[in-house]
Amino acid sequence: MAAAAAGAGAGAGTAQEKQFPPALLSFFIYNPRFGPREGEEENKILFYYPNEVEKNEKIRNVGLCEAIVQFTRTFSPSKPAKSLHTQKNRQFFNEPEDNFWMVMDKVYSSVLQQCYSMYKLFNGTFLRAMEDGGVKLLKERLEKFFHRYLQTLHLQSCDLLDIFGGISFFPLDKMTYLKIQSFINRMEESLSVVKYTAFLYNDQLIWSGLEQDDMRILYKYLTTSLFPRHIEPELAGRDSPIRTEMPGNLQHYGRFLTGPLNLNDPEAKCRFPRIFVNTDDTYEALHLIVYKAMSAAVCFMIDASIQPTLDFCRRLDSIVGPQLTVLASDICEQFNINKRISGSEKEPQFKFIYFNHMNLAEKSTIHMRKTPSLSLTSVHPDLMKILGDINSDFARVDEDEEIIVKAMSDYWVVGKKSDQRELYVILNQKNANLIEVNEEVKKLCATQFNNIFFLD
Amino acid sequence: MGEEDYYLELCERPVQFEKANPVNCVFFDEANKQVFAVRSGGATGVVVKGPDDRNPISFRMEDKGEVKCIKFSLENKILAVQRTSKTVDFSNFIPDSSQLEYTQECKTKNAHILGFCWTSSTEIVFITDQGIEFYQVLPEKRSLKLLKSQNINVNWYMYCPESAVILLSTTVLGNVLQPFYFRAGTMTKLPKFEIELPAAPKSTKLNFSERDIAMAIIYGQLYVLFLRHHSRTSNSTGAEVVLYHLPREGACKKMHILKLNRTGKFALNVVDNLVVVHHQDTETSVIFDIKLRGEFDGTVTFHHPVLPARSIQPYQIPVAGPAPVTSQSPVPCKLYSSSWIVFQPDIIISASQGYLWNLQVKLQPIVNLLPDKGRLMDFLLQRKECKMVILSVCSQMLSESDRATLPVLATVFDKLNHEYKKYLDAEQSYTMEMPHKFVIAVLMEYIRSLNQFQIAVQHYLHELVIKTLVQHNLFYMLHQFLQYHVLSDSKPLACLLLSLESFYPPAHQLSLDMLKRLSTANDEIVEVLLSKHQVLAALRFIRGIGGHDNISARKFLDAAKQTEDNMLFYTIFRFFEQRNQRLRGNPNFTPGEHCEEHVAFFKQVFGEQALMRPTTF
Repeated sequence: MAAAAAGAGAGAGTAQEKQFPPALLSFFIYNPRFGPREGEEENKILFYYPNEVEKNEKIRNVGLCEAIVQFTRTFSPSKPAKSLHTQKNRQFFNEPEDNFWMVMDKVYSSVLQQCYSMYKLFNGTFLRAMEDGGVKLLKERLEKFFHRYLQTLHLQSCDLLDIFGGISFFPLDKMTYLKIQSFINRMEESLSVVKYTAFLYNDQLIWSGLEQDDMRILYKYLTTSLFPRHIEPELAGRDSPIRTEMPGNLQHYGRFLTGPLNLNDPEAKCRFPRIFVNTDDTYEALHLIVYKAMSAAVCFMIDASIQPTLDFCRRLDSIVGPQLTVLASDICEQFNINKRISGSEKEPQFKFIYFNHMNLAEKSTIHMRKTPSLSLTSVHPDLMKILGDINSDFARVDEDEEIIVKAMSDYWVVGKKSDQRELYVILNQKNANLIEVNEEVKKLCATQFNNIFFLD
Repeated sequence: MGEEDYYLELCERPVQFEKANPVNCVFFDEANKQVFAVRSGGATGVVVKGPDDRNPISFRMEDKGEVKCIKFSLENKILAVQRTSKTVDFSNFIPDSSQLEYTQECKTKNAHILGFCWTSSTEIVFITDQGIEFYQVLPEKRSLKLLKSQNINVNWYMYCPESAVILLSTTVLGNVLQPFYFRAGTMTKLPKFEIELPAAPKSTKLNFSERDIAMAIIYGQLYVLFLRHHSRTSNSTGAEVVLYHLPREGACKKMHILKLNRTGKFALNVVDNLVVVHHQDTETSVIFDIKLRGEFDGTVTFHHPVLPARSIQPYQIPVAGPAPVTSQSPVPCKLYSSSWIVFQPDIIISASQGYLWNLQVKLQPIVNLLPDKGRLMDFLLQRKECKMVILSVCSQMLSESDRATLPVLATVFDKLNHEYKKYLDAEQSYTMEMPHKFVIAVLMEYIRSLNQFQIAVQHYLHELVIKTLVQHNLFYMLHQFLQYHVLSDSKPLACLLLSLESFYPPAHQLSLDMLKRLSTANDEIVEVLLSKHQVLAALRFIRGIGGHDNISARKFLDAAKQTEDNMLFYTIFRFFEQRNQRLRGNPNFTPGEHCEEHVAFFKQVFGEQALMRPTTF
């Protein structure tokens, strides 16, 4: 029904052109059915950024998008072209509540899809808002959400990982993993209102009770928004036992990342973010309780019709806190042992990005810790752009493929696709030839991916 | 006689109570299995001890005369005391209720109360010489309400609390028995039956005593056990125990006769569904198992003792007292003493010594006393604590010194599996409905525990995890479990995953990964890839592991042809021509490879000239 479009300033051009970092010029959401007659065009616009733009220009831009979509539809009814590249900027169109279309430059198309997913996570679908309170409510929700959300988009640092929208899984031995399973099951048993649980360590996922697509966007929210916001207080030493003064309570490091800040304050607010999951199916509204002890974070999701009380939060804290503290130190200890055994303590020799479409698992030795403001990569942006190009090549065919690119100054970029997995390797060897590069990649596969079926 | 020869023993920790003496009267309540020690009619204290509660109940009551009978209701709620032949006194032991005594007189005029039995925590039966009266006690009102009564001349009565049946001896001879069954406020009269007395009833006076009767549940059924003494007129060689089956519905029926082959004084117990007959004269006991094969004469089954007669294992009375005094050695207990009183099912009381024991069967010694292994198995399989003993029998039969013959082993296996089958059938009919979330949590907990002790997890457990997850469409959970190798790699598991591909496409990848990790499943990997028409991938894989010289060309060419991709077929064909050249110096296929059809197809599509020419050096 509703269609969203985003315009971005032209960024990556050819090498000869002067490069500007990509920036968001405009972002709008409209529904053509809301103002089909002349003079009513303004009604189509549900959200427009920047809001300061003069009304007629908004209408003109929306009209242009609509015209392009309609025009291209005559040539390809099922797949109208969904991005417009002009000399100065690019526009991406996306119709999220009907079909998603592939767009040429995948990075921003993915960002656009992600915008919608994030909106949906916290607000539910457009359609549901329309049902609940008509266009007025939908506009309010869009305004409230995107006004803030668009500020946090950092288009200039988007890269291959944003295309994948993957999940980084925490490597763990079976026994520790089973301990975590056991912990989760016990918590769900004693806190019977908990519907779903997710468990993360070091910002990496270990368990998701949610379905994959919902977890994908929740993971994005947790790792790029919620967790980074709480890093600073931790560094400032506030992550210390906070309830030592309470007698009879086991000392622990647990605390709420959402919900009440201080459980001893009788006035503490027990407000938790509301999220929407399984929107295609059961359409569930849930409260998101995120609780963390040291590096272990656990998300409890409870039905939104149940309002958590301060008593509930205290009970949760007293049950989960001590156990999660012990578990977190167990995981840490086990992880260090495993690291020593496998000898992976050393810096990775290879710079690579791995992604598996089946379980959304991603792994990157190129990216440093992601911060909300920018993702730090250890390679040149031009190399990152080559990765993006290889990826869009892969997207075009279903067959397994391998692409090797000789880039500037002794850099080689290798892309491999085997079944649903993609691997991108960046090598820098003086005067290396194709055979040597191929051998290097084989070596990498043998050491890093010997336990999966990944064709050489 | 070594310790390994005794198959009966007294329990290690008896209930100890103050010995009976002129000022201390001892009572036993069969329903609660409690011993009451009443000193001076209760004025100087009553101590109640049961087998399970190590904390005795102590209280005082006014001495209102000699106590004839004293019993708590079930759960020790109300105490009933009989002091006269007309009345029973009650006092409440419920917290916060009046402890003042209240009294109930029997309804029937001129009747004498023979005794009373509690049938629940608030229901009581008075047995008088003229009938029975069934009351409900209303503790808060401190009164009783008559529920039902029945007039009948009673000589004596017997109560079996396990089945809530009271048996009344009626008629002049006393051998007509009238059972009543009690349940939740109702009293049911069951059909009466007559016990055949051994001698012709010449006398007309009561010669049938309650001492010769017992009631017990054996293999879930209520039996009246009658000890028929040897009579000179009959031609039997000794006393016997006659078992009358008393069903809840229908008439009582004589079923079994246990041949004792001796005479004298006997006492009966029932332990672990075995009838134990103690013989005082020889100070030995024998056991009978009515499930073991006996001699059936068309109406009753005759049984002989399972084992030779043996004494109960000698028992040392632990010397009580403060620690410094107990240095003296323990005193051997006199077994089969005339002061012993036996109660059903398994209780032996020595009132003069102040002990209450439970009788127990020791299975291990029986292994050597019963040479017939088939019969031994039949016997052991019916016992409660049999598993370890059966295992030891099995291992003994295989050991060099005691090796059993194959027919004996076969018999033992059949008997074991006969039981096992019954268990399996029962298990199958026992389908428990549990929420799947709980099922998975339980399985995870079990797998965690197995892992913690480094015990391999059996495939069926993994299968159950997968089945449960798949049934509820929880594929993403399954994926995560596999990702962390919670479900250990195996070929059967990989095949199970393959079969799930149509419901959950990623199962294909998971399966291939697993096969790869197994490293012994390369053939399977090739098959999987070929079935998906990934001919080139299959070939690359097999070449990668160096197995391409041994693969069947025909298999790959078939798969390539099926793809209807001519270029793919060309590539595969050329690969094998090159292999032929390398291995045999000639690119042609040998007849044994059965590739004629593919060569013809190749020629048809690409022309004869496209075939590789033999390289000549």
